[in-house]
Amino acid sequence: MSNAHFSYVLRLGDNALIIGQRLSEWCGHSPFLEEDIAMANTALDHVGRARMLLTHAGDLEGAGRDEDQLAYLRDEREFCNVLLCELPIGDFAFTLMRQYLLDVYHLHLFEALCRSQDEVLAGIAAKAVKESSYHCRRSAEWVCRLGDGTDESHRRMQSALDELWGYTDEIFAADAVDEAMRAQGIAPPLAELERLWRADVEALLARATLSVPDDNWRASGGREGIHTEHMGVLLAEMQVLQRSHPGLAW
Amino acid sequence: MAAITHEADSALATVWRLLDAVHDPEIPPLSIADLGVLREVHVNDAEVTVVITPTYMGCPAMHVIAEDVRAVLNRAGYLQVVIETRLAPAWTTAWISAAGHAQLLAAGIAPPADVSAPGATMPGRPRACPLCSSTETELISEFGSTACKALYRCRSCLEPFDYFKCL
Repeated sequence: MSNAHFSYVLRLGDNALIIGQRLSEWCGHSPFLEEDIAMANTALDHVGRARMLLTHAGDLEGAGRDEDQLAYLRDEREFCNVLLCELPIGDFAFTLMRQYLLDVYHLHLFEALCRSQDEVLAGIAAKAVKESSYHCRRSAEWVCRLGDGTDESHRRMQSALDELWGYTDEIFAADAVDEAMRAQGIAPPLAELERLWRADVEALLARATLSVPDDNWRASGGREGIHTEHMGVLLAEMQVLQRSHPGLAW
Repeated sequence: MAAITHEADSALATVWRLLDAVHDPEIPPLSIADLGVLREVHVNDAEVTVVITPTYMGCPAMHVIAEDVRAVLNRAGYLQVVIETRLAPAWTTAWISAAGHAQLLAAGIAPPADVSAPGATMPGRPRACPLCSSTETELISEFGSTACKALYRCRSCLEPFDYFKCL
């Protein structure tokens, strides 16, 4: 089994796990009850797919690591999620804007992965694409409502978008792993995903009266294990139980 | 040979009947067979294999369902139980049986609308309020008390209710 295959599935698993962890921070803190439930539900969907993806990654690696070992016993430098997922939740505008940018990407990604040569991955994608389509409905609705809302909500959405934009580049920056997966028919070409993503995002931002920021800065490194200063804190909280009581199980 | 086949068929029927007792912990009126989560049962001598397909990947009920399947079979004397979780083909609300629809309605949950109907879109919307049958309903939230439900309100009787989303 190729190392690239393991890395590719691990990246998908880490993205799902870390954004799931961030979304779960809203549980009990959302602006109102229905959104609290929505946020927790969405978090659960991401953690659910993280479990499937990390289990599959562990099988591909063949070193006997299961989902829990991959989630709870790796250090920061071994995580390969994109930086976009690990940024702190910020305000409601920031969380929903990030979620929308990710949901559109996930929607197109999993739609394409349904046709992957990796049958396990295709099975996970078939399930995930339905969930992402539902997530996207909600986050797109919020981006529109808040972007085209009051002066204050518009200002906050634009500010969130400006802050997030430079982090979206990393999602589509193909490296040797992506190229190897594309060549084997396991993953779709990222350039095509980016085209689909950009078309959807620009159309929605126009409806939401928000301006597409300039592409004049970009941040990356997450996929190589070089994370922001926020990642260590996130992992400390997420891993504390397993680190304090190694081998603890339900 | 005929006798053996008959015996195997009867063991299979027994296991299916036993599994009728396993219900979704979050929607207690609904059995996992009626929910469409229970996909296949195989009986091979003393070993029983049960194939289940999750409604949602992160659904916490799946763990409880697997435990309940094991417990019910163990109690009936089947000690070797293999539970296989199958993702593909993905679960869909179309797998909920007619009896399942009736049980949901009786529990005050609007069953999923038919997404295969012309003009219908996922996740559809409830045909009527499960409490007063009015068709005047409005969405409160895309997400309800569990991952598989959305929250609606009836404009006629003003009661909020869960809608089982189409998937």
